[in-house]
Amino acid sequence: MSLAELLAELTPVPGVRGALIVSREDGLVVADALIEDVDGKAVAALAASLAERMAGVTRALGQTEPLVWQLEGSDGMLLAAPVPSGLLVVAVANPEVNVGELRLRLLRAAQRAA
Amino acid sequence: MSIDDIQALTAQLARDPASLVFLPLAEALRRREQLDAALAVALNGATRYPEMAGAYDLLARIRSDRGEGDLAFDAWTTVLRLDPDHVGAHKGLAFLCFRAGDHARSLRYLRRAVELRPQDPSLRATLTRVEQAAGARPVPGFAAAGADPLRALEAEPGFALLVDRQGRLLAGSLTDAQGNAVSETVGAVLGGVSREAERTTRLLRLGAWRRLSLEGGPANFELRTPTIDSLLLITRPRDVPAGRLGLLAERAATAARRWLEELR
Repeated sequence: MSLAELLAELTPVPGVRGALIVSREDGLVVADALIEDVDGKAVAALAASLAERMAGVTRALGQTEPLVWQLEGSDGMLLAAPVPSGLLVVAVANPEVNVGELRLRLLRAAQRAA
Repeated sequence: MSIDDIQALTAQLARDPASLVFLPLAEALRRREQLDAALAVALNGATRYPEMAGAYDLLARIRSDRGEGDLAFDAWTTVLRLDPDHVGAHKGLAFLCFRAGDHARSLRYLRRAVELRPQDPSLRATLTRVEQAAGARPVPGFAAAGADPLRALEAEPGFALLVDRQGRLLAGSLTDAQGNAVSETVGAVLGGVSREAERTTRLLRLGAWRRLSLEGGPANFELRTPTIDSLLLITRPRDVPAGRLGLLAERAATAARRWLEELR
């Protein structure tokens, strides 16, 4: 399955504004499927940076890296699932998105990307 | 304010959503008891201007009129964080505490309001009435904060941590998977996470950041901002569903917010 096909499983969820695969090491876009006006480069850089910060928290707690994380703002959210190969599957969504469904698809995409 | 005036303000706000006319518009709607409409306008305004004490004061008055005492309390507490000398917030909190039967706190807020505005005879009269009042009964719709909300955080030691934005411990504790105390280590990294979360939501136009949740292998985590200068991390084993953890975090954040307000 190609990376574009993986992303195509995320974007049909109502409320998803875009999905990306990001290189965690340098915060660059590896593949993207952006539906609305989303700055893919900014999402990639910020998501990679935030993932690193959160890895710091789980390390401090002696835990393994998160399977999925969600940053929620008043006007939207960012969900991401790390892939062991050094990638990050990321989705940007509106507040009304079905988080449960998006989370499942994100986890599945991360497993396939691995 | 007439209906024509309200329509004019509504049109002005529609043309320019960043306009400050949301303040007189929401106030006019509140006075006309159109509380749903007033709330929607005030919420939008407060979201757009999160540092404006007046926006939260308006929101608190609308919440209070709607009988949403807890939410009004939170909004006025936010006002005092933004402007500690806001007389309206001290009056509002005094009113809520009085209504809840907590006369001691009500008097504290009122005395501060009188200090801030000594020339206001109505404030002095209110203070006298509250000083004389005794035996008032709590009314439904507003749950007074507990005497020590910290207990809500520490009911299960090792699962919740409250720190300030500089990572200094305020309450609670965390232990790692082996049972070692890791509060200070985690506290030190939370400030960086919060700053990164703020930067991300701002640059991606996701609005003010509310929560950060992490699903891990053995445990799940929720990070909240009870106040603009504090962070709360809650963790539970993975078998506690994420939705329930969210509710626990919300409850703990409310307790922490009130506890911090008490300390100040």
